[in-house]
Amino acid sequence: MKEIHDFKIIRREQLGQHYFRLVLQHGGTMQPVAPGQFVEVQVEGRPEVMLRRPISVHDVDQETGTMSLLIQIVGNGTRRLAELREGDSLNLVYPLGHGFSTDIASGSRALLVGGGAGIAPLLHLSKVLGTKGVRPTILLGGRTADLIPVRDDFEPYGTLCIATDDGSLGHKGLVISHPAFAESYNIIYTCGPTPMMKAVARSAAERGIRCEVSLENLMACGVGACLCCVTDTDQGHRCVCKDGPVFDTAKMGKWMNV
Amino acid sequence: MLAVKVHNLSLKNPVLTASGTFGYGEEFADFIDLNRLGGFVVKGTTGTHREGNPYPRMVETPSGMLNSVGLQNGGVEKFCSEVYHRIKHLDTNIIVNVSGSSIEEYCSVAEQIDALEKIPAIELNISCPNVKCGGMGFGTSPDMAAQVVEAVRKVYHKTLIVKLSPNVTSITEIAKAVEGAGADSVSLINTLLGMAIDIERRRPAMANVTGGLSGPAVKPVAVRMVWQVAHAVNIPVVGLGGISTAEDAIEFLMAGATAIEVGTANFIDPAVTVKIIDGMEQWCKNHGISDINEIIGII
Repeated sequence: MKEIHDFKIIRREQLGQHYFRLVLQHGGTMQPVAPGQFVEVQVEGRPEVMLRRPISVHDVDQETGTMSLLIQIVGNGTRRLAELREGDSLNLVYPLGHGFSTDIASGSRALLVGGGAGIAPLLHLSKVLGTKGVRPTILLGGRTADLIPVRDDFEPYGTLCIATDDGSLGHKGLVISHPAFAESYNIIYTCGPTPMMKAVARSAAERGIRCEVSLENLMACGVGACLCCVTDTDQGHRCVCKDGPVFDTAKMGKWMNV
Repeated sequence: MLAVKVHNLSLKNPVLTASGTFGYGEEFADFIDLNRLGGFVVKGTTGTHREGNPYPRMVETPSGMLNSVGLQNGGVEKFCSEVYHRIKHLDTNIIVNVSGSSIEEYCSVAEQIDALEKIPAIELNISCPNVKCGGMGFGTSPDMAAQVVEAVRKVYHKTLIVKLSPNVTSITEIAKAVEGAGADSVSLINTLLGMAIDIERRRPAMANVTGGLSGPAVKPVAVRMVWQVAHAVNIPVVGLGGISTAEDAIEFLMAGATAIEVGTANFIDPAVTVKIIDGMEQWCKNHGISDINEIIGII
């Protein structure tokens, strides 16, 4: 069930110049959050950031009632969020949307491909896959090593591979040129810049591998009411907030090939 | 204390939701008890399924937002055969926003909704700024507005609310024209036509270029128009435009609105409608008012 709740910020970490991470405590019983789901964060205090901001859930600890958000500073809303400090409260509407499907057979070969801020939801996903007996290959990409801020956190949950455009860490080049990308998999999950996700999805389609993408569109309500955040699917316009943000690319031919 | 009547429509309180901001109500069922609302107005419904405009469809602007969704909806048949059966059990007034591109389409949708027992009213949308054919075209000329209302009045027998566009020189003329054509009530304002540019990409912020402005930014314009229309017609006025608090709602009532609709504020706080209802009740208590009707149209 979705709820509106004031969380308390119990930790704030600055990760390089462009990213920060907030660890939030519910204080009571937190609603279950599936990998790939997101929250709508209230950014208070300025007319230019009246609407909530959709942020994907980075990590969840159901037992302690904590969740973390990995946020890239990109505009007015995230700049204001970056000013928050430990002890401040943050109002969330959560959990929202349709996440990654994790109902896969133990021992399946799974590849997670994240780029930039798109690596955020893959931590929670890799942990949940671990509980299903799946140890994924985790391929993270960025322009430079700075853009892969939390790579060490992934280390325990899969085989970690890194690609950077400038070669400052790992493989030099795009994620799709990394040797790990060419291996065979039962499923590929991806989140990141749209051109990257389309390239991943097209390659997966060519190789007959099931693929799920997590989209990020401009959004108002977050619950499927306003129909502002739609994406093209083979079944017409669908809300990224409610029908997504995660979509199976088998139904996304129109999106993939444009 | 808060009960009001919009023509034959009895509302337990004056708080409705604005079409296009509240889906079919279901989307908000986790956050509020829908039965507490005076009613809710469901998404604009047309004769056939519509895909709406291309993405991007919205942009945030100071104290508001522009949208250009373009009436995406599953069509009236899908509403009647599927959606209606999921929501008809609710103990509140479900009002269907009816849209179209021709008088025939408006009439056909209205006629099909007329047959639904648990839908006591429609809101005729002659003011959508985001569709090429019809929509606002009907709402910006008194003659066209009167023609479509007169035609719908012949086939629709319950409470007929007509939603007016603020994108006109004289909203009172349009209001008087639809009153003369048989409207039971008018609701106003629909969104104000606006535009925003992404200066880095050197492109309009929305695919449809222009869109409708809503949110607190439009509230003073809406209050002015509600006040003008309430003085110009003898049918009840439903006020909307940037209402986010109980105080905003009271302001609209004083300006002449019998009921109000909450729109964009639902996106910021999905439970805002119930807070507005509770706040209005508290305001009445604090001011020694036993019946909210005492303050309607006092300005």
